[in-house]
Amino acid sequence: MRMTGKQYSVLPGFGLTLGCALLYLSLIVLVPLSALFFKTATLTWTQFWSTVSSERVLASYQLTFGASLAAAAVNVVFGFVVAWTLVRYDFPGKRLIDALVDLPFALPTAVSGIALTAIYSANGWIGQYLEPLGIKTAFSPLGVAIALTFIGLPFVVRTVQPALADLELEAEEAAASLGATRGQTFRRVIVPSILPALVTGGSLAFARALGEYGSVVFISGNMPMKTEITSLLIMTKLEQYDYAGATAIAIVMLLASFVLLLLINGLQWWSGQRAREVV
Amino acid sequence: MKALQTLLLATALALPLPALAIAQAEILNVSYDPTREFYRDYNQIFARHWKQKTGAAVTIQQSHGGSSKQARSVIDGLKADVVTLALAYDIDAVGEKGGLLSVDWQSRLPHNSSPYTSTIVFLVRKGNPKALRDWDDLVRPGVSVITPNPKTSGGARWNYLAAWGYALRRPQGNEARAREFVTALFKNVPVLDSGARGSTTTFVQRGLGDVLISWENEAFLAVKEFGADRLEIVVPSASILAEPPVAVVDKVVDRRGTRKVAEAYLEYLYSAEGQDLIGKHFYRPRLAEAVKKYERQFPKITLFTIDEVFGGWPKAQKAHFDDGGIFDRIYLR
Repeated sequence: MRMTGKQYSVLPGFGLTLGCALLYLSLIVLVPLSALFFKTATLTWTQFWSTVSSERVLASYQLTFGASLAAAAVNVVFGFVVAWTLVRYDFPGKRLIDALVDLPFALPTAVSGIALTAIYSANGWIGQYLEPLGIKTAFSPLGVAIALTFIGLPFVVRTVQPALADLELEAEEAAASLGATRGQTFRRVIVPSILPALVTGGSLAFARALGEYGSVVFISGNMPMKTEITSLLIMTKLEQYDYAGATAIAIVMLLASFVLLLLINGLQWWSGQRAREVV
Repeated sequence: MKALQTLLLATALALPLPALAIAQAEILNVSYDPTREFYRDYNQIFARHWKQKTGAAVTIQQSHGGSSKQARSVIDGLKADVVTLALAYDIDAVGEKGGLLSVDWQSRLPHNSSPYTSTIVFLVRKGNPKALRDWDDLVRPGVSVITPNPKTSGGARWNYLAAWGYALRRPQGNEARAREFVTALFKNVPVLDSGARGSTTTFVQRGLGDVLISWENEAFLAVKEFGADRLEIVVPSASILAEPPVAVVDKVVDRRGTRKVAEAYLEYLYSAEGQDLIGKHFYRPRLAEAVKKYERQFPKITLFTIDEVFGGWPKAQKAHFDDGGIFDRIYLR
């Protein structure tokens, strides 16, 4: 793992694979994205600015980023617990639970949205108990966060699992034999080595949540200023044949997510460095 | 840029395209949500009629979705021979933004190119527990009203305009009062689904709300589907005459050589057989005999048109539903 950019790799085929990678990325990612920029370019700066900074759009950024962040945070904690259970313990039905984790990946998001709404609405299985307590889940920002948590879970579990599996028990035993308490072992041995995986999983879940549309529109209730997510506003613009307006909002989302992901990746790199120093 | 768009579209449309390329006499009808059941039946009787008349077989593909979404697919390149949408504004867009049909499309067929009409009524729970009889009851405090989002749903726009028109046409009604009325109405709306079917689900399955503002045919369908022991239809004193129009897409039929069959497909909607089927599917027919036959099914109601009250779709759309329009301002303050 000591490959830095400047050194020559002993592996042949660098030019070929890099070429392939770039071509593939351009076709799949960059070309559609540049179409986005071209469409937006038909707007003047003033039009662009008034579109992306109108009151309703601002409210939707707040909800989308807030709920996505909350959902990713919940998933980091509970996704870690799930991954830990699956890696560290053996119990009957383990494979079944392991397979369950992937379901949110496979399910069409509209289906999960409808299912979640059915459960959390005032006459649903869970909703009927929450509503009397004054907790409104479906058709509220909380419902949005729940839907985003649902779709984000596999990202955390699936990135943390291999990292946990790679963790050598000897390290923990060594820590224990050197007199570390359980808490200390957890904090100073386990967490640092899986932190990069946790951050990756969390940021994947976060990124996925930002762009989510299908599951959220059913459970959110789509009330302007309150429960409208940004992707719904983009759809709304499209329904009005306002392509440029739709792409303008999309670009703001795109840039914001890109910057956030860069930051998170930076954080991950930094925590990876630190973990290496610790271990 | 053009090539880019084509590439993107080709990817998006990869599914329906091969189906179109194979058979010869095949046309695609791009329609909106609640017409699914009607056109499934209509396609059969038209195919039979066409076979008798010309000896040629014809297959009709149908595609359904939110009205403006469907119009957008056609503008973006979905090869629709005919469009049968919820409102004229969406077909206008196919003409203006897509350049796919000429501006005078609406005068080509009788009755503004609308072979069937519908209106907006209320669906309430059995026994009408909140005693909702007319539009005024919907703005009472404590009444919860379900309607989809007018920004995304064609049906919701009809709902909104029906309420506005009712308030405007009352004695002493004016713009300001109508705006107050509609604002009060939307203050009673707890959820704005993105489409008409979504709202029906919210009302019927989730049990949310006291009243659903709905297409008349959709209300009949819901009662038929979920049972008269759970739901009943309430007809307000006045409502809007919804005229869902149909049109042949000139550019597409000329390129594919399907103009004849596409035109016959739409004209046959006005025939006795077509009109009878329309009534059977809870749309209001145009032909006198069919109107008479289904008279008892449709309650008497004062209907006003969008041209009378709003001066046509483009004006209504601009004033009420475009960004920054009256509907947006209900929620901003």
